[in-house]
Amino acid sequence: FADFTPQATFDIKKCDLHRLEEGPPLKAELTRDQGLQYYRTMQTVRRMELKADQLYKQKIIRGFCHLYDGQEACAAGIEASINPTDHLITAYRAHGYTYTRGVSIKEILAELTGRKGGVAKGKGGSMHMYAPHFYGGNGIVGAQGQLFESFNMAALWKLPCIFICENNKYGMGTSVERASASIDYYKRGDFIPGIRVDGMDVLCVREATKFAADHCRSGKGPIVMELQTYRYHGHSMSDPGVSYRTREEIQEVRTKSDPISMLKERMLSNNMASVEEFKEIDVDIRKQVEEAAQFATSDPEPPLEDLCNHIFYNNPPLEVRGTNPWSKLKSVS
Amino acid sequence: NEQKGQKTPATVTVRDALNQAMDEELERDERVFLLGEEVAQYDGAYKVSRGLWKKYGDKRIIDTPISEMGFAGIAVGAAMAGLRPICEFMTFNFSMQAIDQVINSAAKTCYMSAGLQAVPIVFRGPNGASAGVAAQHSQCFAAWYAHCPGLKVVSPWNSEDAKGLLKSSIRDDNPVVFLENELLYGVPFEMSEEAQSKDFTIPIGKAKVERAGSHITLVSHSRYVGHCLDAAAVLAKEGIECEVINLRTIRPMDVESIEASVMKTNHLVTVEGGWPQFGVGAEICARIMEGSAFNYLDSPVTRVTGVDIPMPYAKILEDHSLPQIKDIIFSVKKTLNV
Repeated sequence: FADFTPQATFDIKKCDLHRLEEGPPLKAELTRDQGLQYYRTMQTVRRMELKADQLYKQKIIRGFCHLYDGQEACAAGIEASINPTDHLITAYRAHGYTYTRGVSIKEILAELTGRKGGVAKGKGGSMHMYAPHFYGGNGIVGAQGQLFESFNMAALWKLPCIFICENNKYGMGTSVERASASIDYYKRGDFIPGIRVDGMDVLCVREATKFAADHCRSGKGPIVMELQTYRYHGHSMSDPGVSYRTREEIQEVRTKSDPISMLKERMLSNNMASVEEFKEIDVDIRKQVEEAAQFATSDPEPPLEDLCNHIFYNNPPLEVRGTNPWSKLKSVS
Repeated sequence: NEQKGQKTPATVTVRDALNQAMDEELERDERVFLLGEEVAQYDGAYKVSRGLWKKYGDKRIIDTPISEMGFAGIAVGAAMAGLRPICEFMTFNFSMQAIDQVINSAAKTCYMSAGLQAVPIVFRGPNGASAGVAAQHSQCFAAWYAHCPGLKVVSPWNSEDAKGLLKSSIRDDNPVVFLENELLYGVPFEMSEEAQSKDFTIPIGKAKVERAGSHITLVSHSRYVGHCLDAAAVLAKEGIECEVINLRTIRPMDVESIEASVMKTNHLVTVEGGWPQFGVGAEICARIMEGSAFNYLDSPVTRVTGVDIPMPYAKILEDHSLPQIKDIIFSVKKTLNV
């Protein structure tokens, strides 16, 4: 490995700024180790999501399943610039963040398949996964009024909060143009400064997040970060994703802007790693995802004794009514 | 059944029955319109409004942003101003985002204005458990909404119910919460010739006896009516004849029909998917106790309900969180002490 370039500097897209004199830098430094780490993270999320697609089609995963493939640079870039003790919360397209926030592939897939080895013991499912300093995974999104209430209070009290919009151009089956009076989401914080970022470039996301985090940590209050990104899958597994957008559009993003390819090509053209190395990483990830899927399909479902547990936290045991008055079940914290 | 003048019974899914109801009412009254997420160009998240946007256009079928509080408010305002909106919640779980509009703006306004201001609006969408959609997407809202004066709360079971009750709800001058069930959308039911006509309506507030019986009364709504009928078929083989009542409307509840049945059978079991505390079954128990049928009971009323927990995701846990046919059979036998 002594022949590889240990570090290189890359030009990254300038961010659009709202109420800011300066923005994130126009160049990003990348070490070989960092590059391989970001590649590994994004490729793991990619392969994990594709495995989830497969398991869903086999009906081993049920209910709702909102996949993240295409958006990997967002979760990976953000995690690269925040601390594990920072607090992160997201909506239902949560598998990527669940992984970057420290939950194993095994525990994620086993949660999707509803087994006791899942991160929420099989009780939460796709949209309800949690980890230290990661508050899920949330199924209901009140997308407008509550956001502005949050903006107001965050700005009023100068809360160190980054409001992140992963703009993947569609809200379920409706394009942003048909749903929003203004699609400059980074400006919607009004009195809150904002940046618009190329969300397909992990380095861009990393630098923007670092900039936003520094802004917050220095006591300046909240900031809005809009990441322009794209999801290859439809809104969920029950949405084919081609009734409101063309296959050509999806294909174009895949060929020109795929976040994983972009990073790989940068590293290869700067001799930071070899094709074989990337192949090895791919093989290793494939193996890990396969093993995780094996676990997720063979681990038993949660035991019936667990049905009523965890209604309350730190509470004495209580009796829970079953489906009929003679069914008295038990709940412990 | 799309051809005019066809007189034979037909098999129609609940989805198509709802679609027909809205289509007919949109055609009949130009003040009627539908708004909600994905109702127009996507043909409806569950395809219930398929074809309507193509037929009626942007002014009658309106796609909204993901803003329940906002668009429910717009819908209530439109109703106050003289239109007849159908406001779709993609599921009733999302109605919690807008519940202030449903209760404070819609339900209470006629009363607060001493009859000056009507709010002829229908809030409709899937309610209750689906399959594997976990805790935030599986709640039954029948009891919450039926608690409130000023609202009518309707819960159809089969295709006839769906069509006839939705038409009545749209024609009603009051706010109606119309609770559909996602698992029933694709289920086909026979529809009589009468039910296929454009003037077919089912009155709100009247229950239906789906199956006559003499030993015990089962009262249910929505999907569990089917479960009760299945349980009744099994019990009939053992000589137990169940009378199955389909509530059709939760509020106003047709207590008289339940009482008449109990005075005949002397035993009552209520069956619902929602949670037990302060629920539909609890209300039925209270009403029976307060009325003339109480003295006819040979044993306390039994409630069969969902388990008193948030809905778990894992299939084995989910299956054990809701009433199964065997739970109904078990409860009937316990109530009859056999």
